[in-house]
Amino acid sequence: MWKWLHPYANPEVSYHFTGKLLPWLCALAALFLSIGLIWALAFAPADYQQGDSFRIFYIHVPAASLSMGIYFGMAIAAFTSLVWQFKLADASAAAMAPVGATFTAIALITGAAWGKPMWGTWWIWDARLTSELILLFLYLGVIALHNAFEDKNLAGKAAGILTLVGVINLPIIKYSVEWWNTLHQGSTVSKLGKPSMSVDMLWPFLFCFLGFILLVSVIICIRFRSEILARNSIRPWVRSLVSEQLTQEKTNEI
Amino acid sequence: MSIANLSYHAVFYLVLKRDLTIAMRHKDDIINPLLFFVIVVTLFPLGIGPESQILSRIAPGIIWVAALLSTLLSLDRLFKSDHSDGSLEQMLLSPQPVFILVLAKIVAHWLITGLPLILIAPLLAVLLHLNEQSYGALILTLLLGTPVLSLLGAIGVALTVGIKKGGVLLSLLVLPLYIPVLIFATSAIDTAALGLPYSGQIAIIAALFFGSLTLSPFAVGAALKVSTN
Repeated sequence: MWKWLHPYANPEVSYHFTGKLLPWLCALAALFLSIGLIWALAFAPADYQQGDSFRIFYIHVPAASLSMGIYFGMAIAAFTSLVWQFKLADASAAAMAPVGATFTAIALITGAAWGKPMWGTWWIWDARLTSELILLFLYLGVIALHNAFEDKNLAGKAAGILTLVGVINLPIIKYSVEWWNTLHQGSTVSKLGKPSMSVDMLWPFLFCFLGFILLVSVIICIRFRSEILARNSIRPWVRSLVSEQLTQEKTNEI
Repeated sequence: MSIANLSYHAVFYLVLKRDLTIAMRHKDDIINPLLFFVIVVTLFPLGIGPESQILSRIAPGIIWVAALLSTLLSLDRLFKSDHSDGSLEQMLLSPQPVFILVLAKIVAHWLITGLPLILIAPLLAVLLHLNEQSYGALILTLLLGTPVLSLLGAIGVALTVGIKKGGVLLSLLVLPLYIPVLIFATSAIDTAALGLPYSGQIAIIAALFFGSLTLSPFAVGAALKVSTN
């Protein structure tokens, strides 16, 4: 049943497949992000309480959800690699970690910028903010562990174990606004069927969210491809790929 | 009798006894983290000022943060010397389950570093003018919390034992995992100071304790296999 997946365990096949996927993802990401951001920042109605400053929501919420989503993806990759010894999963986890860390940082910074006019403070030791900060530390720990090992295979396994230990933080972030009485507001978007948001505001958000998901996939794809090349640099197919590239550059120069 | 025939109990006590004997022969391994704990705690009144009201307000946080740091300092000796003289690899190669061996080593570590810390904590609490109502909570949180520090810390040490400069990296990996224990422990002590029931926080720390007791030896075993390659 899973036979169609097997070819992608080969780095060469995965490399070429993601190469074909990449331009489509790029185009879609550019399309959705430009529509979503222009709609959100210029045309969506202003909030009746928060005025125009609520518009940072269109970047803050996708970044925050993705910071958790990427960690979850990383954990799945780490689990796959530890259980089934699937080496490409390590490469994908390594590709995801810095992207996730960046999005966590974006969520925290935009949150601070939003908190200043709304709550009157840049930072508060509220459950959700603190747990998001711990997520950033976890990402940085995983990245540091990746860099600490010379051998990439060992690095992947060690970072994988740490990633799986850190998964415990995800439900804490997700439900922190429900478990504790916090300043951070509850979810307004994900109540399926009946979002507590006006439709004029919801549609641009959905475009932005999809756009950011596509953007993340593009970045991860690019990083994944370079991870594959770096890990297989002694293989003949990588060498022939490089020599092809070199001859092409030479002919271009002539 | 060959080691393959030993029961789990026997193996557990054998490793525990061995680690405790080694610690007894290097007493500075026990005393230094404790001394560090005491010195860090005495630094705070000097830095903040001797007003007893402020000190009694921040005492739980100071004691717990100092406990985290001194545990972190002592974690290195959990696997490092065994790794460098090769006995760790021999343990992993033995027919006994890694879970038992690792658990015994962690228990030994807690007996050497966690227990003295609990014994000296009331004295430091007096120095910091901790509210009299919160002594019970302080001891209870330390009793349930310091084993969690040893158990979670062991994962970090196991991951970094093969790396040459693992010390700073270890603190980067382990401290974020310690945050929940810190939050609930200090919250329990603060609640006790107000004379309110603090069983909720104790229950969460106990849950953390039993969760890490059952799961962390597996993670440590997997990490040690990666580190010793």
